[in-house]
Amino acid sequence: MTTARIERHHYDVVVIGAGGAGLRAAIEARLAGKRTAIISKSLFGKAHTVMAEGGAAAAMGNVNSRDNWMVHFRDTMRGGKFLNNFRMAELHAKEAPERIWELETYGALFDRTKDGKISQRNFGGHEYPRLAHVGDRTGLELIRTLQQKIVSLQQEDFAETGNYDSRIRVFSETTITELLLDGNKVAGAFGYYRESGEFLLLEAPAVILATGGVGRSYKVTSNSWEYTGDGHALALRAGATLINMEFLQFHPTGMVWPPSVKGILVTESVRGDGGVLRNSDGKRFMFDYVPDVFRKQYADTEEEADRWYNDPDNNRRPPELLPRDEVARAINSEVKAGRGTKAGGVLLDVSTRMPAETITKRLPSMYHQFKELADVDITKEPMEVGPTCHYVMGGVEVEPDSAAAMGTVEGLFAAGEVSGGMHGSNRLGGNSLSDLLVFGKRAGEHAAAYTDSLAKRPKVATSDVESAVVTALAPLERQGGENPYTLQQDLQAVMGDLVGIIRRAGELTDALKRIQELKLRVAQVGAAGGRRYNPGWHLALDLRNMLIVSECTAKAALEREESRGGHTREDFPAMNPDWRLVNLVCSLDNSGDVHLERKPLPRMRDELIQLFERTELSKYLTEDELTQFDAIEGPKGDARVPGVRTDPSKTEAK
Amino acid sequence: MTTTATRPGVGPNGPQRPRAAITAKTLRTDRWWLAPLITFVGLGAWVAYATVRVFMHKWYFVEQYHYLTPFYSPCLTDRCVEGSALFGTPLPSWWILPEAAFTLPFLLLFRLTCYYYRKAYYRAFWLSPPACAVPDGHAKYTGETRFPLIFQNAHRYAFYAAMIISLINTYDAIIAFRSGDSFGFGLGNIILVGNVVMLWLYTLSCHSCRHITGGRLKHFSKHPVRYRVWTFVSKLNVRHMQLAWITLGTLALTDFYVMAVSAGWFSDLRFVG
Amino acid sequence: MGTKRHFRVWRGDSAGGDIEDFDVEVNEGEVVLDIIHRLQATQTPDLACRWNCKAGKCGSCSMEINGKPRLGCMTRMSTFEEDETVTITPLRTFPVIRDLVTDVSFNYEKARETPAFAPPPGVAPGDYRMQQVDVERSQEFRKCIECFLCQNTCHVVRDHEENKAAFSGPRYFIRAAELDMHPLDDREDRKEYAQANQGMGYCNITKCCTEVCPEHIKITDNAIIPMKERVVDRRYDPLVWLGRKIFRRDELDGSNGSRGENMAPSTSVGVTDLAQGGAFPTHRGPEGPEVREDGKMDVTEVTLPTQGGPSPFGDQQFPLPSDRVSYQQPAQPPDNDH
Repeated sequence: MTTARIERHHYDVVVIGAGGAGLRAAIEARLAGKRTAIISKSLFGKAHTVMAEGGAAAAMGNVNSRDNWMVHFRDTMRGGKFLNNFRMAELHAKEAPERIWELETYGALFDRTKDGKISQRNFGGHEYPRLAHVGDRTGLELIRTLQQKIVSLQQEDFAETGNYDSRIRVFSETTITELLLDGNKVAGAFGYYRESGEFLLLEAPAVILATGGVGRSYKVTSNSWEYTGDGHALALRAGATLINMEFLQFHPTGMVWPPSVKGILVTESVRGDGGVLRNSDGKRFMFDYVPDVFRKQYADTEEEADRWYNDPDNNRRPPELLPRDEVARAINSEVKAGRGTKAGGVLLDVSTRMPAETITKRLPSMYHQFKELADVDITKEPMEVGPTCHYVMGGVEVEPDSAAAMGTVEGLFAAGEVSGGMHGSNRLGGNSLSDLLVFGKRAGEHAAAYTDSLAKRPKVATSDVESAVVTALAPLERQGGENPYTLQQDLQAVMGDLVGIIRRAGELTDALKRIQELKLRVAQVGAAGGRRYNPGWHLALDLRNMLIVSECTAKAALEREESRGGHTREDFPAMNPDWRLVNLVCSLDNSGDVHLERKPLPRMRDELIQLFERTELSKYLTEDELTQFDAIEGPKGDARVPGVRTDPSKTEAK
Repeated sequence: MTTTATRPGVGPNGPQRPRAAITAKTLRTDRWWLAPLITFVGLGAWVAYATVRVFMHKWYFVEQYHYLTPFYSPCLTDRCVEGSALFGTPLPSWWILPEAAFTLPFLLLFRLTCYYYRKAYYRAFWLSPPACAVPDGHAKYTGETRFPLIFQNAHRYAFYAAMIISLINTYDAIIAFRSGDSFGFGLGNIILVGNVVMLWLYTLSCHSCRHITGGRLKHFSKHPVRYRVWTFVSKLNVRHMQLAWITLGTLALTDFYVMAVSAGWFSDLRFVG
Repeated sequence: MGTKRHFRVWRGDSAGGDIEDFDVEVNEGEVVLDIIHRLQATQTPDLACRWNCKAGKCGSCSMEINGKPRLGCMTRMSTFEEDETVTITPLRTFPVIRDLVTDVSFNYEKARETPAFAPPPGVAPGDYRMQQVDVERSQEFRKCIECFLCQNTCHVVRDHEENKAAFSGPRYFIRAAELDMHPLDDREDRKEYAQANQGMGYCNITKCCTEVCPEHIKITDNAIIPMKERVVDRRYDPLVWLGRKIFRRDELDGSNGSRGENMAPSTSVGVTDLAQGGAFPTHRGPEGPEVREDGKMDVTEVTLPTQGGPSPFGDQQFPLPSDRVSYQQPAQPPDNDH
């Protein structure tokens, strides 16, 4: 084993995570003149953002000019079941178009409309066609564009200083294991190069977390190995708080067959473009699962639903385009009722709905993926799909405008999936790509401003570095310890079976008990081999992050006694307006255990709540809140923003 | 990416890191040698046949039906038999001089610099590389960066020449519809016309042609007609390899047919006249 | 349900290594990457292998399977015979790190040398107008997932290490082509750059890059050959030259396009940052502090005002002095030193 030599660097801003949010934040910090480091757990440009297929939601109104930020805001709140941090949803809806247009100046090539603008497509939960897209590889386009923008900034620096890395540098295949503090202020980050196992210490007064999600704690997931909740855990250990951790999005349509590709997503645009869901009896079952809240917008009959694809203005949309949690729950119910396929899914069929050519044109990579991975021809046979853990709505609690983490820590920022609040209890498809652009930029901007506000640079304490080294090397010193892969499988089983899509109090209590047992075992985990590119060791280090985050999820899920968005309790199947007032906030206590508390949700500003109709609000709000709403609505009832409410001619004319 | 710069032992002047120590030259288990072998045999045989024929100086013209083999078109030496020389006979009849001395070099150049044939002979003859992930047969490699291979860029000239030659071949095929002095039509005509059609398809499917017709544009939307032509050529271009082989076949067949009829080994199957 | 099959996997690092034999269970519908994961979970927990999405979208799990460059996640086990031995080796063209992981920094260095998109001057964000037919060609190249299989299989660098300095490889030819065909890109010297700095002349169009591309990008036909033809346009074609003289216009000649003054030289070979040449006067690599016998740092080392090595920028000032930044700088209090 090599000695514990530590490479050190000084930066102004360290961005942990090289996905969309991280790269966007880094660009902004660099544009603000800050020396910026980007930490990437895998190679540069391989981030999980590439998996996003549908598009990036932004109310540009290129396809339907009636679209604007207020409609987008309303859709987002509705999708999140009004649990969203309204300010984040507002900023997101307002700034998303600018962020998308900006990408074009970086070289992005979105699909175009006839008049040469960015084309926008329909997506579940969005009232108008709103998703800027490139075929079905929008995430790849986004990550490549940002990656190339960073390269272009490096080229500018090269022209000026003769060194590509002089102001922005990418540390690829590097993992951060610990944030180091000076009092309450962030002072640096400690981690290791995956390749060599050598340690590095980045001293920086501001750290931006952009590490993505937590899906790797689940058995069936669309997430890659990187999604071990590193950012969530780093934030907790640094004194920040997490909110909404009980809300996990299960993508309704992940592949369930063949087993080796279980979890891989079938993009929602398959449904947006005409794909329908059938159970094993061949019945198009989604019509039975339209919740009352959505009755007005969704078709009752197959005939009307089919007409919508060509004439969306005069017909209501097919129920296959319901928000994804509704679809996931419907599929789950069908499978539990014994009407699923042998592999535990339902059938998603486009083959009988469109000619083969149209399918391959509209869904090229979907076609390609099924053909190559599973030898299934989606133009000839239906796909077998089921719910898959896909996205965590919860995350680091942030100050909406600056993306700065709440809690006791200063100098910590979070953007993208690792931050919480923006999506409420459920995320709309397409909102994540725009989320990471909007808040990535804000995080970079505010982190840069924060470093300017500091009188002196926080210092890293020796003892902290030493203990970080000891913690990191511990698994290697227990060569005979428990196999990390076994532990991971056990954790995945606990989370998948007991804290999955449908939850019960008994199972959640059981899960918490098992997580405590796993904690003891993880303390004894060992890794065979040395420090050079040793995946066993890497996993052993990631496990403790996965455990903390899983504990948060399980605790919050047990606490929230209602069903809402990405959290479904069998014992409390209804949505409860009283619970809408509450965010569940996780923090770490001194012993390292998760501490949970309730925190009231910020109250929406008057002009924002007035964007909604009373009838709709009455499904979410308590009586008290409705009285308040009537009070602000009453005297100036006509002072609404015109054209913003659900257009009556569209939804009620039938 | 940049991290290697700071690794111990590897600096700007540090030692080069080695590749994986794998002893086997290639681990491919499929019959990767088959394709280059077929190319080698096919191209080799064709070149041998063509060389023999070009220097035979006989059996290239069927006077009665006006069949002229493409290998001798246009016939330009003093040796050219009556009726076969449409453009006069400016050249002397040295045996080393082919009858079509003005066209054959360009045709050869066209095919030698063709983007498909380059792939074929670089792989099959030059072993550079014989197949993907199979080691190059040469210790040093500079590609097409310097003399003589930089002249591969002359493909564009060769393409222009090939267009003219295709016109001559077309003319040959049209005037061959005769029997003595009146209209005639036989199996030889079908072969000649088929050959010319294939030659046109091969010539038009050329990468240079694809580039000239539209590939060089930056905005297709401003040139709708050229865009449509480009789309058509692009479709042909996908079949450039097949057309390259088909035309080798039709050329040899046409030539052989004309030779056989001319030598009297069998007579032309006549439909009219 | 599964059957045992025979696998041979190269294990080792830069010091050397060998192909080792394993018998692993294989189930219906699995891909090679699944087998590697099973090996990690059951027999060799420290077997190094890159992977991410496991769906052929990220291009991480590039390896050579039975001698052919492939993505591990896109190679179905059903494509092999029941009793066939499957041999898995790392990419040959790049320096090995460990087992199946190679140092692909060559590609990232070449990426940094390829001039980036040049936005059209005077067009505001949101005002970009492009037609679908115009963006489609470039979109094909933007499908690239950067798996670097084309770079690995290209014999120019695979068999001739010495060409690495002068040759950027197919991935960066399609990048050059993508930008050259981009309807709004403001640079027009990309063809010259591809020829002079990227070493496009080394390519002898033997099409192996196209053969191995998991995204089925027609690298040779749609990018390299058109770029070669565009070079021919400028340098060799008589008719195009004549046409330009007569009509005094050329699609490819923008009048306001910028020329490439700040092009970086292409010299890196993917092992170090040779491209930066160490020429930057204040550039020094960061250094590790001394460690004690027990492998820990000395306390004084960490408590020093300038801990460890120097900052990678050679300066210790914080924040960056305003004359060193090229972008918006927050208002700073007046400095007496000036």
